[in-house]
Amino acid sequence: MRHSWIPLFALKRLLFAIPLVLGVVIINFLLIQLAPGDPATVLVGDFPVPEEYLDRIRAEYGLDKSIPEQLIAYLGQLFQGNLGVSFSKRQDVLTLLLERMPATLKLTLSAMVLATIVGVLLGVVAAKYRGRAPDTASQVTTLLGFSVPEFWLGQILILLFAVTLGWLPLGGDAPVRGDGDVLFNLDYLVLPAVALSFRYVALIARMTRSSLLEVSSADFVAATRSRGVSESLILRRHTLKNAAPPVITVIGYNFGFILAGSVMVETVFGWPGIGRLLYESITSRDYPVMTAILLIISVTVVLANVLTDIVHALLDPRLERK
Amino acid sequence: MDTSATGLLDVRDLSVAVRSRRGPIGLVDRVSLSIGRGEIVGLVGESGCGKSMTAAAIGRLFPTTAARITGGEVMLEGTGDLTNLSDRQFRKIRGARIGMIFQDPSTYLDPLMTIGRQVGEALQAHGYEGSREDRVAELLAMMGLPDAAQLSTRYPHELSGGQRQRVLIAAALAGEPDLLIADEPSTALDVTVQAEILVLLRELRDDLGLSILMITHDLGVVAQMCDRVYVMYAGRVVEERDVYEIFKDPRHPYTLGLLAGTLSPEVRDQELFAIPGRVPDPRAMPEGCRFHPRCPLAVQECREKEPPKQPLGEGFSACWKYDDPRLPRAWQLAEEHVLPVGFEGIPATSDDEVSEP
Amino acid sequence: MSTPTLHDATPNAEAAGLATQENALGEFWYRFSRNRAAVVCLFVVIVVIAAALLAPLISPYDPMSGVGAAQQPPGSPGHLLGTDHLGRDMFSQVIHGARVSLMVGFVVAAFATVLGVLIGALAGYYGGWVDNVLMRVTEFFQTLPRLVLALIIVALFGSGLTKLILVVAILSWPQTARVVRTGFRTLRSAAFVDAARVSGVPSWRIIATEILPNVLAPVVVVASLDVASAILTEASLSFFGLGDPNVVSWGGMLQQAQQYLRSAWWMAVFPGIAIAVLVLTFNVLGDGLNDALNPRLKDKD
Repeated sequence: MRHSWIPLFALKRLLFAIPLVLGVVIINFLLIQLAPGDPATVLVGDFPVPEEYLDRIRAEYGLDKSIPEQLIAYLGQLFQGNLGVSFSKRQDVLTLLLERMPATLKLTLSAMVLATIVGVLLGVVAAKYRGRAPDTASQVTTLLGFSVPEFWLGQILILLFAVTLGWLPLGGDAPVRGDGDVLFNLDYLVLPAVALSFRYVALIARMTRSSLLEVSSADFVAATRSRGVSESLILRRHTLKNAAPPVITVIGYNFGFILAGSVMVETVFGWPGIGRLLYESITSRDYPVMTAILLIISVTVVLANVLTDIVHALLDPRLERK
Repeated sequence: MDTSATGLLDVRDLSVAVRSRRGPIGLVDRVSLSIGRGEIVGLVGESGCGKSMTAAAIGRLFPTTAARITGGEVMLEGTGDLTNLSDRQFRKIRGARIGMIFQDPSTYLDPLMTIGRQVGEALQAHGYEGSREDRVAELLAMMGLPDAAQLSTRYPHELSGGQRQRVLIAAALAGEPDLLIADEPSTALDVTVQAEILVLLRELRDDLGLSILMITHDLGVVAQMCDRVYVMYAGRVVEERDVYEIFKDPRHPYTLGLLAGTLSPEVRDQELFAIPGRVPDPRAMPEGCRFHPRCPLAVQECREKEPPKQPLGEGFSACWKYDDPRLPRAWQLAEEHVLPVGFEGIPATSDDEVSEP
Repeated sequence: MSTPTLHDATPNAEAAGLATQENALGEFWYRFSRNRAAVVCLFVVIVVIAAALLAPLISPYDPMSGVGAAQQPPGSPGHLLGTDHLGRDMFSQVIHGARVSLMVGFVVAAFATVLGVLIGALAGYYGGWVDNVLMRVTEFFQTLPRLVLALIIVALFGSGLTKLILVVAILSWPQTARVVRTGFRTLRSAAFVDAARVSGVPSWRIIATEILPNVLAPVVVVASLDVASAILTEASLSFFGLGDPNVVSWGGMLQQAQQYLRSAWWMAVFPGIAIAVLVLTFNVLGDGLNDALNPRLKDKD
């Protein structure tokens, strides 16, 4: 069977991801340790809490013990799913995150799909008309995508389409106004998704263009042509297939950056996801929420990378060797 | 059609140029060559002398879109001038009349497609009727690759260099072409594998009546394979000879230099010779005979006028000094400083470098 | 020294324009100047630097204090770009904002380059376990969500320009490390390096004087892109209210503009254009440097 090696490959990749996740946890731990003030305060947040609660935290995380013991205790708490309690929200952090996650996933995944469609299209057009007007237009768009901050793009979109034209709502998500209808949600999703996707449109377009150009001048394309295979078949069977893996890698590896970008965009649009939550937690100095968000975003990035590698492996038999 | 055609392929005064910011740069200059049915013809020269470009022009497979044919014709028996064909018409020629194999077999196979599908695809392109699977197995077996069923499901990276080259030959011959253009087919391979591939090509000629245009920088390959040979230098054919004659009695100082640089049993104990200087930059071709800056026999005439083709048996030598008595010993005399060597070769450094594939 | 052999061992050294050939700079400038967009951007950078340096002299008002009626639209008398919600002059603010952006951009890029070169050189030159460890660390840093981490670190440790610069720099070096490592790996076994090693030149000198000058070309390109991304990161942090409260910053201006999108569009438009233009400029400069330093790549097109 052609793909029989994939499960083993996936397992190996997951094992390799463990140190990365561990590294992120340690960074989180160090941030709590090194931050100015009492680590207990950092674990609780900058709120007046009863002394008994602080004592309980100190006991749970072993704050009176040595640093390595504290790390073990911290890991132990994480494994139990204990990410702490948010005092500003009066809620368990894990519950809070799970509550906010769907909105963020909805935004980031839409942005990713949008960026993939538009980016691949732009890249294909640029490669096809290399050196001519459509290529130049696509390259200028790409350059803008790399240069315009997504939060400002969000503001400009609001100015244009919400304030001036009044076509789309200013911000927020439908559930906020107690309205669950998916189609009805779409108008809230458009502007933030566009703002968030622009940078990735640029990234994907650039990769698609260079990958297509590289493959179409590849030796094996010339060889296939020399056998009388038609250009449309060459494009379908060889060029696109060989150009795809690098593009897919770029898309997958950048999912984490889309998540990070959504922190900014959610803030601009008041989108009730993880990003908006981070903003709220920073302004209210709600430390447990902040560190938990760092953790969850980092872990998502690592998992997205693993998933990307597996997809790549499915497409490219040469990876079996490694 | 054309009645004066002498064989399967008849190239006449073919010129190729690439566009550049400073105007066209000529890479191939009025090259004529012919290949008969069942004949193996060599096209020899250092890298950068236009031999691969000539092959690319015949097979319409230029490495860059900036290159194009600027003159001459490529007559193929039964078809006429290939340069007049549209890309669509030319596709009917590819694989069916002219097949091509290349230098580095590892990059000329699609890494993401199985061997069986790649050879099968070539069959499909020529509307093969019947079981493609069987025919693929047959072709692979013909190339000395047994156990086709198993091999067909493998990917290129799972094969050895020699196996890959055999697969490439199988795919190139899937459409049963009359002519196979082989661009340095053995250069990238191990010495023993090299020999096997050359033997295979000879057998295919003998069994199928295939004509082969063999592009190589190695006169050893020519001696082993070819019936006739064209020597190219700086975009021009400088000598055309029967393979027996060219080794016995070469009549161009460039050919002599190449021969001196080839290991043969008689000279094995000598130090390997290399012609001093380098192939000129195509944007600054020397006047007159293009070889004169590197030639120990060059005189004023060589610097000013292009040498005519001096007939020699079936072939010719394009050299003013083709019958100079010092010619056979020209390079020894140059090494002993009896004859001067120009070293006028213009170094090929530039920003828009033109490279051969 | 081994300069003569440099040329033979690395044909790119000449093209790189950073080896010791005398006409290298002229050659470099010739290639760079063929990219017209890059030349324009170089000009823009010089203008912005000048404006930032001379900000107190050329800006008409104190950017930090209200000098007129609030929310005057652009073109109002005395206020070319209008005023903000506190009556502060937008034009003066935009000019002063360039100071933070440029400072963060340059200092971060400098830090990141030094750190990246150091790590990349060690990994590439010594190879083996050193390489292994350093590259794992580099990969780890590349996986980290940079912006989120920076936000949280600054939120925990308190804002301030120095801290902000340090944090962003510590998260910015991996790209440089990677290109330097690649360069060192290819050159560490080159003939001129072997020659130096055999003749007893100490490792640090081989690294610094023999190999490093030959791998600087891509480092310069990455540094230019680092400036661009550091400017963006600073703007994002300031937008989150984590910038230095004592200086004017474009990101901070955009944060304030957020509440006034309905009433004062200009508060959002001008600082944003300033960020986009400056970032774009450094991105294009990076492309131009790349063309000038790796001519072979471009000429294939």
